[in-house]
Amino acid sequence: MSVLVGKNTRLVVQGITGKSGSFHAKSCMDYGTNLVAGVTPARGGELFEGKVPVFDTLLEARKETGANASMVFVPPAFAADSILEAVDAGVELIVCITEGIPVQDMMRVKIALKDSKSLLIGPNCPGIINPEGRCKIGIMPGYIHQPGKVGIVSRSGTLTYEAVWQVTNRGLGQSTCIGIGGDPIHGLTQRQAVELFNNDPDTEAIVMIGEIGGSEEEEAAAYIKQHVKKPVAAFIAGQTAPPGRRMGHAGAIVSGGKGTAAAKIDALREAGIAVAKTLAEIGDTLVEAIRQKK
Amino acid sequence: MNIHEYQAKELLEKFSVATPPGKVAFTPDEAEQVARSMGNNLVVKAQIHAGGRGKGSFTNGVKGGVQLAKTASQVKSIAAQMLGNTLVTHQTGADGKVVKKVLIAESVNIDREIYFAIVMDRAMNAPVIIASRQGGMDIESVAAKSPEAIYKEVVNPALGLQPYQARKLSKLLGFAPADMKDASKLFHAVYKLFMANDCSLVEINPLVVTKDGKVFALDAKLNFDDNALFRHPEILAMRDLDEEDPREVAASNFGLNYIGLDGDIGCMVNGAGLAMATMDIIHFYGGEPANFLDVGGGANEQQVTEAFKILTSDKRIKAILVNIFGGIMKCDIIAQGIINAVRATSLPVPLVVRLEGTNVEKGRKLLQESNLPIIAANALADAAEKVVKAAKEQK
Repeated sequence: MSVLVGKNTRLVVQGITGKSGSFHAKSCMDYGTNLVAGVTPARGGELFEGKVPVFDTLLEARKETGANASMVFVPPAFAADSILEAVDAGVELIVCITEGIPVQDMMRVKIALKDSKSLLIGPNCPGIINPEGRCKIGIMPGYIHQPGKVGIVSRSGTLTYEAVWQVTNRGLGQSTCIGIGGDPIHGLTQRQAVELFNNDPDTEAIVMIGEIGGSEEEEAAAYIKQHVKKPVAAFIAGQTAPPGRRMGHAGAIVSGGKGTAAAKIDALREAGIAVAKTLAEIGDTLVEAIRQKK
Repeated sequence: MNIHEYQAKELLEKFSVATPPGKVAFTPDEAEQVARSMGNNLVVKAQIHAGGRGKGSFTNGVKGGVQLAKTASQVKSIAAQMLGNTLVTHQTGADGKVVKKVLIAESVNIDREIYFAIVMDRAMNAPVIIASRQGGMDIESVAAKSPEAIYKEVVNPALGLQPYQARKLSKLLGFAPADMKDASKLFHAVYKLFMANDCSLVEINPLVVTKDGKVFALDAKLNFDDNALFRHPEILAMRDLDEEDPREVAASNFGLNYIGLDGDIGCMVNGAGLAMATMDIIHFYGGEPANFLDVGGGANEQQVTEAFKILTSDKRIKAILVNIFGGIMKCDIIAQGIINAVRATSLPVPLVVRLEGTNVEKGRKLLQESNLPIIAANALADAAEKVVKAAKEQK
């Protein structure tokens, strides 16, 4: 078992005929993900890779194929509309990879997500992967992962791969890795991801990778302090980032003295979480956190 | 994206938010002309993006980027002192900013100053109005000293700003019952501006009430959501490249994400989070990063070459660290890009390269066989230590 995705996941890719959409849809399929459909308006009736049916609308795709998860690869100006389409069709899990969606569009998406049965991961994220169930919905390189008991959640892409790689190289594998994305307004939060891992019997330890901006790491720390008995290791990027500047990710900004790395690290340590001093030590910090809990 | 005060003023007027009469001028003669068409109590304001202009001083010795004037000829001589000269404020850094335009406005008889702002709040997923009777000063110091003097009103984005919320705010901000209607209208106008232009911040500080009961937005700071600029060409047209770091402009032209910092170790990384973490580890080992540079997840050879050009043209840089985690982007392709870039730019400083991920062995082999003076590092900590050491030896 793992969280959110696995053998029962039936994936539809929105924007499957685009350049990156088709590339990554194929890479997910090659990894083992059960890709059942694609959606591109006005391209209905085509077959992707000679076997996966393409539909004009998501509603048709869901009705015809029973898709229960979607991956959004639609350009930023239209991505919010695609997420709304997936919410309307009742897709349980929506993973939005697209970077650069206007904040106001995401604000409206959040309104639609309330009282819906859909869960959103992202946008501006690498996606989610479950190595044991061979299910990958995202752009991460599959081979760096291996089945195991560590749940990893992160706001970043390559920084997550770095953490995954360190965990893999220390002989520990991952139960599920979730990239929640670098945008200020997004779906699944750090706290929600930690909660999923905490309730998952197959996850025995948790790694949380955060960065400057917002207060999600602090909220996750408060939850961990109260509810989590499993070992948790964390890392926060951006200790040397100048205030007031957006560091690549739209959400990575220290504004009005809030969202600093120092404040987040303090909150994490205060909650008893092992915080890696540098990104080179994420793997070792996790190993030590597991050893201490035994 | 930021805009100038005079541009913010135009936008506010467009949305029926009153500002004192005024106009921008690019030369002292133009400033004089503008002043002739206005009254006798004028203010000349240097137009740069940084705050703290009033307390700033010019490198030519002139004090104050905001000065009062009585006559058109006075306006002309003040404008002549400002235009073409460098203004240093607490926000510009020691280098300051060259003033290329001034705003000439009528100064108003202020009775009281209010703070009124709308920000997009990430935790609430909604616009939040922040207001205080203590306007005209830094809101963060008001928040620190008297947090009870700051009012926050969350706007439900599905409903928009409601009349009762505007009434509540006008009462809290001390408007007389007879003026509540006008104040409410003003708040609605600012909200409309905020939403219609995909702003991330509209900060009117101060919003002034004059002795004769008029309300003006005396100074305003507007920030826009960069992701939404594609649907606001008129806002994008207000971008002033003179106000931006030329290295950042060059980088953005090639789809690279660059931010200049104060250190002497250049770095080039794929991915924003990894780039930040790389800066941090350089600092941890006793060095200081000269920049943040994210070449993105799918960088091609040309982008790597351009990134190198930006780094190698920076005279302060004493050593360069390239840290790449090759995922979809394979290490051998990255290595080839680095080799070509080094050959194309010639390398003035030591270069440390750390590759990890897909095809890493092939990548390392390519670097080794290139016979270029590249310092290879396998582990991250090793790479950081090596680059810090190399930078120190250059001094």
